[in-house]
This record gives sequence, C-alpha cells and structure tokens, in this order.
Amino acid sequence: MSNRRKIKLTVNGQDYERETETRTTLVDFLRHELDLTGTHVGCEHGVCGACTVLVDGISARGCLMLAVQAAGKKITTVEGLANPDGSLNTLQQAFMDNHGLQCGFCTPGMLTTLTEFLAHNPDPSETEVRIAISGNLCRCTGYQSIVAAALQAARVMREGKS
Amino acid sequence: MGAKWFGASVQRKEDPALLTGRGRFVDDIKLPGMLHVVVLRSPHPHAAIRGIDKTRALALPGVHAVVTFADLPESMRRQTVPLLVPNPAIKQVYMPYCLARDEVCFAGEPICLVVAESRYVAEDAAALVDIDFEPLPAIADCADALAPGAPLAHRDATSNLGAHIPLDVGNVDAAFAAAAHVFRERIFQHRGGPFFMECRGMIAAPDPATESLTIYVSSQGPHRHKRVLLDLLDWADHQLRIVTPDVGGGFGPKGSFYAEYGALAAAAMALRRPLKWIEDRQENFLSTQQERDQYWDVEIATDADARILGIRGKLVHDSGAYMPWGVVLPWIAATTVPGPYVIPSFKLDVLCAFTNKVPTSPVRGAGRPEAVVVMERLVDRVARELKLDRAEVRRRNFIQPAQMPYKVGIIFRDGRPVTYDSGDYPVCQQSALAAVDYENFKARQALARRQGRYIGIGFGNAVEATGLGPYESATARVATSGRITVYTGATPQGQSHKTTLAQIAADQFGCTPDDVTIVTGDTAATGLGVGSFAARTAVNAGSSVHLASKEAAHKIRQFAAAMMEVAEGDIELENGFAKVAGSDLKRSFREVAAKAVGMPGFSMAGGPLPGLEATSHFTPDQSTYSNGTHVAEVEVDIETGQVTILRYLVMHDCGHVINPMVVEGQVVGGVIHGVGNAFFERMVYDGDAQPVSTHFGDYLLPLATDSPNVEVLHMETPSPLNPLGLKGAGEGGTIPAIATLMAAVENALEPFGVHIAEAPITPQRIVELLGEAAKGRTK
Repeated sequence: MSNRRKIKLTVNGQDYERETETRTTLVDFLRHELDLTGTHVGCEHGVCGACTVLVDGISARGCLMLAVQAAGKKITTVEGLANPDGSLNTLQQAFMDNHGLQCGFCTPGMLTTLTEFLAHNPDPSETEVRIAISGNLCRCTGYQSIVAAALQAARVMREGKS
Repeated sequence: MGAKWFGASVQRKEDPALLTGRGRFVDDIKLPGMLHVVVLRSPHPHAAIRGIDKTRALALPGVHAVVTFADLPESMRRQTVPLLVPNPAIKQVYMPYCLARDEVCFAGEPICLVVAESRYVAEDAAALVDIDFEPLPAIADCADALAPGAPLAHRDATSNLGAHIPLDVGNVDAAFAAAAHVFRERIFQHRGGPFFMECRGMIAAPDPATESLTIYVSSQGPHRHKRVLLDLLDWADHQLRIVTPDVGGGFGPKGSFYAEYGALAAAAMALRRPLKWIEDRQENFLSTQQERDQYWDVEIATDADARILGIRGKLVHDSGAYMPWGVVLPWIAATTVPGPYVIPSFKLDVLCAFTNKVPTSPVRGAGRPEAVVVMERLVDRVARELKLDRAEVRRRNFIQPAQMPYKVGIIFRDGRPVTYDSGDYPVCQQSALAAVDYENFKARQALARRQGRYIGIGFGNAVEATGLGPYESATARVATSGRITVYTGATPQGQSHKTTLAQIAADQFGCTPDDVTIVTGDTAATGLGVGSFAARTAVNAGSSVHLASKEAAHKIRQFAAAMMEVAEGDIELENGFAKVAGSDLKRSFREVAAKAVGMPGFSMAGGPLPGLEATSHFTPDQSTYSNGTHVAEVEVDIETGQVTILRYLVMHDCGHVINPMVVEGQVVGGVIHGVGNAFFERMVYDGDAQPVSTHFGDYLLPLATDSPNVEVLHMETPSPLNPLGLKGAGEGGTIPAIATLMAAVENALEPFGVHIAEAPITPQRIVELLGEAAKGRTK
C-alpha cells in the first residue's frame, strides 16, 4: 500500500488539495507543503503548544496530528486570524497593546488557544485565563502580559457585542 | 531637539508581523534546491569511535551524503573550534572538532551530518549509519570529577581540572582570625538550560555566482560566528555573509558557536546545495549549552555588630566536556558575590571541572543568580544567628551612594578592577520593603500561622555588571529616497531592539520610530559587531545608534544649510524635512540625500564628507552596574511541599529607561525564569552522565499557572559612563529571584527549623527537608 495519500482540506478559508506522505505531521504539512510558516514547531511532543491550530474550531497540536487526519477539516492558523482588511483583530491588538509577545515564537499557539477559549468563555477571570494557556510554554514574557492581553481582548469583545 | 521618543512606552515595531504569522525565523526560509540535514549525535557520554560505516544509509533513496570528520576540509581537520576567550586561569584547553574525530565526550556530541531530500528521509537514514563505538568510563558530577582516580572526561587529559581561578582580596585570614562570628554554608546550585522556544537552526547556502557562502542562523550575534568560520574555512572576509533572521529566544547559549555550524558550512560548499539543519527539541536537551551545577563551600566572618569582615571559600563549577566560553561563567559568578555590600576581604578558589556532559555557558544571569544566592544566604544566616532583622544586617553592610564610584577590590577577567559606577542600594532596599509593608509582615505571618498557614517573606539584593564592551556597531544612513536605516551588530532574540533603537535614532532625526528601520545581525550590513547578550545592547548599541544618528543628522544640517544658503544652526529636522527656523524654507531628506551623494563631475572637495551616513562603535571604558531588590511572599503547604507565590515585587534600577513597557517585559520575564530555576528546572543525568530529562515532560518550565504577577517599580540612577545614562535591563529580573524565593521558603518554614541551601527546591525536597528537620538532622 502506498504511503502517500491525496487529501483535501480548508485552511484559513482557502481550499487545498495535496498529496502527502501519511507520516507527515499537520504542522510540517502546513509549514513546508502549504508554506504557511506562521505556525511554529517548538517541541514535537505536544507539551509546548507553539504548533497549536484550530481544527473545526477546536484547538489541536499540529505536531501530534497527522496531515491525513485533517482531510476534510477546516483549519485555522495564525495567518487566518486578522480582520478581513488585514488589520489586527481584537486579540492580536490586545497582544500588541500589552506587550504580550517578545520573541514571538510561542505567539501563534497562544493566539489560537485563546481564540478558542474566548469564544467559549467571553468573561473569564485571570485564573481561568492562566489555566487556559497552561498548555502553552512561553520563555520570554512570564505570561503576565499575555494574561493581560487576553483579559483586555475579552473586555473589548464583550463591549463590541453589547 | 529634546528626547521625544526616548523614555516613552512606544508600541513594538516587531509585533504586527509576529502576530499575523509573517515572522521570518530560520526554519521559515526555503531556498531552491535546499537539502535537509540531521546531525547524528553520540548516544554515549564518553566513547572512542573505531569506525563509521555509511553503506546502509547511503543506499536509502533520497539520501545525498553522510558527512564525517574524514570528509571535512583540511582546515577543519587540522583545528578545533577556537576558544575565543582565552585566560591564563585555563589549565587544559579542550574544544571540539566540527565533527567528532575519534572520541566523543558527551551524549549529544555531533558525529555525522546526514543529508537528504527531506528531514524525514534524513532521520530514516541516520538510523542506518553504523558507528563502532568503544564506550569509555564517564564522569558525571563535577565535584566527583576532581577526586583522585576519577574517570577522565577526556582520555588524554592529565586530570579533570580545566581551570583554576584564585581570587584574593585583602587579608582574609586576618579578618577571620579577628572575627566575632564565623558561619559556613555549603550550597548546591543547579541551573538548567536556556530552553528558548525556537530551537537552534542554520541554513548554509552557497552562491555559485560569487563563490561565497551565505548563512542564516538563529543566533545572538553573527559577527563572532563569522570570525570562527573564517578561521575554520581559512577564507577571506568577502567569501562569507552571516545573517540572523527573527530569533525565538536566546538567553545566552544561542551566542555560542556550535561545532555542527562549521560542518554544515563545509558540507554545503562540498555538495554545492543549500543545506538546512533545524535542531529538534531532543537535540536541544542534548546539545545546546546549559549552565548546570555549582558547589559552593563558603564562610562569612563578621564583627560583633554583624558587619562583614570577609568571605572565603571554594566554588566547584561544572564546565561540561568543553569550555566554549573559557572561564567567563564561573568568573562572573565569583566576582558577583560581594554585590551591594562592603566586603573588606574576599578569597575564593574557583575550580572548573570537565565532565562528560554538554558544555556549560552563560544562561540569562550568567552565574550571577548563583552568586546572589550565596551572598544572600550568608547574610540571612548572619541575621538568624545574631537574632537581627534580615533587612537591618543588610543596611549595616551596604555600600553607600557617597562611596560611588566604588572599587570592589576584585579584578574582573579583563584584568581591571571591578568598579561600580553608580547606584543607591540602601534606598532601593528600603523602597522595596516599604512597598510590601515589610514592617507588618511578622504580624501577618503570626496570624497566618495561627490559622495553620505557613507564609514567608524573602528578599535579595543584587548588583549586576551590564553593558560590557568592547563595543557595538551602528551605521545610520539616509537613503536617496529620504528613508532612514540604522544598521547594527546587535542581534535581538525578543528584546525589541528594532523599536528601542529606532526610538533613540528618531530623536536625532526629528522623525518617528516608524520612520527608522533598524537592521540587525547581518555581517554584510556592518563589518564589525559583537551581538546581544550580557545585557549589553542598550549601553553599547544604544550609545552607538545615538552617536551615529546624531552625526548623520548633523550632516543633513550641513548639506541643507549649504543648499539653502543659511547657517547650519538655523536648520531644524522635522518629519523628513530640513527646515529653516522661522521661515517656509525647507528641503526634504530625499533632496538633501541626493545632494550628499554628489554628481559625477561635480567636485565635493572642501565640503562635508559625501553621503548622509555615519558610523559609531561606542567603546565603553568599563561596565555599568544595574541593581535591584526583589521581595517575595510565599505560602508553603507543609503536607505537599507545594509553594505558592503570593506576591512578588521588584525594585529595579537600570539607569535611564528607553522604553518602560519593554523594560517591564524584560524584568517580569526574567523573574519567571528565576521561578523556574528556584522550583522546577533540573537537567537530570544518571551516574554515567547519560541525560535523563530530555523532554518537557521531565524537565519542567514554569507555566502560566505557576507564575505570579510581578510588580515592577523603578529607580533611575543614570550611568555617568555613556551619553544616555543607560544600564542593562535584560537579566536583573532573573538574578536575585532564586535567592529571594529560597529565603521566602525558608522563612515560611522557620517554625520547623528548615534550612534551604540548594536550588532548585522541589515539593518533594521540601517535604524531605521537613522530615529531616523533624528528626533533628537539619542544622
């Protein structure tokens, strides 16, 4: 049996059809076959969270999922978060306002994780935010500014809806 | 033109790209014809290599080459990676070849490069390279390494003693003979590795058109890498360009040149194809340098009033298998011990031992966190024994502001005396303690204890050498389009240099930081450069950018004044124009820059030098000294050993602050690095020096749920040693954190008589110490 499969999937609203090896991880597929390098590889064992993407809206580790498992799914990566006009969305802007990133390497996973979290919990406490990102390692910020960014984003999103 | 941007919390220019997935890290770069490399590393801590058989690996479809020591160019077979910082204290020099020749000295040492169409195929092939090893006895622990008869880390070494640094100030023996009190502490300290989120990586791309090589590498400064590679390849300057793109954290060890970098460059030239190697996380645990183990055995002598008379003792430092940074790390550790206190006599024997473990080199703090632990533990011990308040003992021993500049008496590794430039240590501590209501803590603690809760407070003071030389480069240039670029050898890894240095330049050009592009870490952009480490960029690059921009702005005024036939002093720079004050007369930077480059046939003799550009290499006379006081309140669960940080406050003095938002980010992040070192991070090896903790499941970094909110307060004692009054801010968050947290835990457990003399201190260890104390076995 061939170890290559043809898969169709949607990434950030765009449809792709590619043939890939069955052992290719989703993050390698996104980065090296679709050239979407915004999603980062930090540990390849599911701990650091840098490779987190949304699969049908649910966060998943791009390093622990095979590309073939994403066949037929809708994937959202960091490249798909900005507003349609290309401006930073509320969460991205909150990261910028609060110095929520330094080297920026963990940032894509933080953003995707928090995108899912804030969709389900629009009015979180600080502790809830900390628990939400406890599966994402950041070595630069000490997390404080990321937590502040998430809380600001939640506030702005709530105000926008009211 | 005043400082409009300097001192402002300007939002970062780096952010929009990084927030939208448009950052460019080395693994994001894809070149035509690029092949992928796996570095095959030693599985043995110590072994002889008897032979390498590539046959099976080369037979795999998609494999292009297996590169071994024998395949390296002659220039790399005749010399090892050079030691860039020699020192007479070094007794035996061991540096690695770019690929192991016939002996591997740590598990993780590079042996072969496996080159293939894809990373996946290269990993398949790596498993098919057959290496005939003869395992040799290995030494794991640095204290054991110095015992007679210990296995030798290098089979032809005379012993495992790599270096011996004798530091001797004043008459320490007389001080101890006259002392009213002498106390001894034996402290084991382990710091792990940097564990930046982006592992190391490099692309080597030959350019057949120019017969040169371009390298993209995740580093803290490409210029020193270039110097090493020119040596290793025996090449001329024009044959090599090294560029550092976005870097996902560095924390020290990305500043080192690693053996595989040389091998990758040579292999790319031999194969005439771009080669990419990206370190995976397991390799990162095995092969990226760490800070690791130090054993301190120290004594303090005081008079009857707790005034310090002297400190003496021994430090055994784990060098690992090689000494890539010579004795820099232990030397910094040793010379940081006195900190903000008057220490009339000081004697420390520093022994650096080779072990069969990955080499050690500075990690954020660079030996200073360990030194602060030693000093602050000693001072706390004096307070406890003499039944004095911990703050009071420190007050009695502080160097006073009036004593600045203060000669510590110690000689730094450049052979010159350590001299603090400025700082107000008593006020720093006093302000920090006032901010946490230290006066009333004892009452809060007593109340908590009555409720069965064990809370404690600890604090630590540190003085940190920052902004060390020799220099950093900056070239400011106004292009004929009128746009401003400043090139510098500084090489950020998250520290926001593209924003902060643009703030400094913008003030000179009368523009906004958005109008200035900062280009970092490219050997083609600046001939000289040192790089970003040791909290040196604000002082060195900041001053150079300031001076170069000032001179380039001066040239705009010179040319514009001539063009408009007015006096130079009448010209003001504003929003891209050179304007004549009080009139409508102006010229755009574009017009002035075009004039300044001249026209063929039109003489520029007698005028300003051509081009709207200037270069500066600010060369500080000595380091500037930042300082700070940290205070932590913790609660310890005596059943589980769990420590909760209830409050963490930093009083930080790094002179004038370029961007408060950025400095706060540096300090807070630094503190959490210290939290990791205090409670979580331990690189574990077994007794044969085989690494045991090789992933983030075993080696724990602090998570968001482990990290407190850190309150940061500032004092600003400007340094007199540079034009902007700057000091470094990159490490002050980390340096006193471990000492502060150890002290807080000990204070919380005071009713049980638990003494903390080791880091990291895990919940298991706290429970053990409580048990030992209950049995009366703890001193």
